[in-house]
Amino acid sequence: MIYQGKQKIWSDYQKEIPSDRWFYVRSCIRQSFFPASEKYFLHICRDLLGKDIYETEHHTTCGGIAYHCDTIPQETAMTIVARQFALMTEAGYKNLVTSCITSFGNYTEILETWREFPELEARIRENLWKATRREFEKPEYVAHASDLVYKFRNEIAERAKYRLVDAQTGKALRIVEHIGCHYSKMFPHKGIGGAEYPCVLSGMVDSWGGEVVDYPERRHCCGFGFRQYLVKANRSYSVSNTHKKFESMEPYRPDAIITNCPGCPYFLDRWQYVIAEQTGKTYGEGGFGIPVFTYEEFAGLMLGIDPWDLGLQIHQVAVEPFLDKIGIEYDPKAKYLGLNKEEILRPGLPQRLKCF
Amino acid sequence: MIDFGFGLSRSSAVRLDEVDLSLYRKLEALEPGVRTCMACGSCTSTCTAGPWSGMSVRKVILNLQRGKNVSDMLQACMLCGKCTMVCPRGINTRHLILSLCRIYDEKK
Repeated sequence: MIYQGKQKIWSDYQKEIPSDRWFYVRSCIRQSFFPASEKYFLHICRDLLGKDIYETEHHTTCGGIAYHCDTIPQETAMTIVARQFALMTEAGYKNLVTSCITSFGNYTEILETWREFPELEARIRENLWKATRREFEKPEYVAHASDLVYKFRNEIAERAKYRLVDAQTGKALRIVEHIGCHYSKMFPHKGIGGAEYPCVLSGMVDSWGGEVVDYPERRHCCGFGFRQYLVKANRSYSVSNTHKKFESMEPYRPDAIITNCPGCPYFLDRWQYVIAEQTGKTYGEGGFGIPVFTYEEFAGLMLGIDPWDLGLQIHQVAVEPFLDKIGIEYDPKAKYLGLNKEEILRPGLPQRLKCF
Repeated sequence: MIDFGFGLSRSSAVRLDEVDLSLYRKLEALEPGVRTCMACGSCTSTCTAGPWSGMSVRKVILNLQRGKNVSDMLQACMLCGKCTMVCPRGINTRHLILSLCRIYDEKK
């Protein structure tokens, strides 16, 4: 391929992300899986970087999870999304930022569908008016929250207390980045780097001092797949996908995994326990597994936020060996203390996967 | 071991260091366009023979990149050239398949 052609393709993959005034919509599942990630995204953007990010308690799920599970038709998801747009319009915002990758894919898919079929948009506007007496303007820009963290990655690096570097050896830590399928596989031009060179997470890892691991199954799905997990009879398919990824990344000895999707970190994390119990095999060093983080948790750790405030005790795979490598300070005794700093119930420990 | 009520399939992870790429390299020499394939599947979705014969240009390229035999699939191709017309990368898939047939013929 000629050089100018490459430059043209690369420029098509870049996103001009607005730097301020965003309407934020949360994920419907992340708050139970990774309870502090969204809180610290808002904290970093608002309090540290001084950005205007608005959220309302009236917003709901985008319907994407039910749509991708084939339990609701797209028109229903469209009306739910139209209501979110109405809330954004009422609040006076024009840029929408989503916490969830599937929401990002869902909003993008719906806007593209309306562009192709304006009569469908008119019908959804009518549905929304009849149901809620609301009207809306379409967002000028839809971004995923990881796009914003990518945009501000160097500002975060400037304020960082830690870097993705082994405190003992001084070497860059080896990080696997896993991007959710609905980020750029559906609409490549909507993701930074497109579907072929998605760099939204690798850019963060580079800026924060780590080394990105390239491995054969890098772009393979995490295995969540909605129906593949939600129907118990299909879970073998889900865990086999995750198993395939771990088998592929194992020879490259990654220190940690960073993800930008609600499902990916959950399944890459929890299935390590299931694989260990089913096969006796653990990945990573010392039988602890490979810790999996959201990009907000990574950013929070770099900025020196307490790991237990970031909710890292909710992870299945122990994060302590990774924290020790970087030299992050934490109190092991405080891991299972409640918000009132009193002891709460401790989880049962796995038989094969080592955990604290 | 815990019985979770569902099993685990054997991993089909690709180990690129152990793959025999000799066939793919020969094809690259004859049809360099194969390097630009992004596995979008446009060729497969438009293939007339595909639905009943299992023919898939996308799978042919992918399997070659993984060192697998694809001669059975090639026999199902009718050389209609529809895949060439839809390829967003402009790969001459018809020439690609004919080149592969030639490589297999030379092997015999």
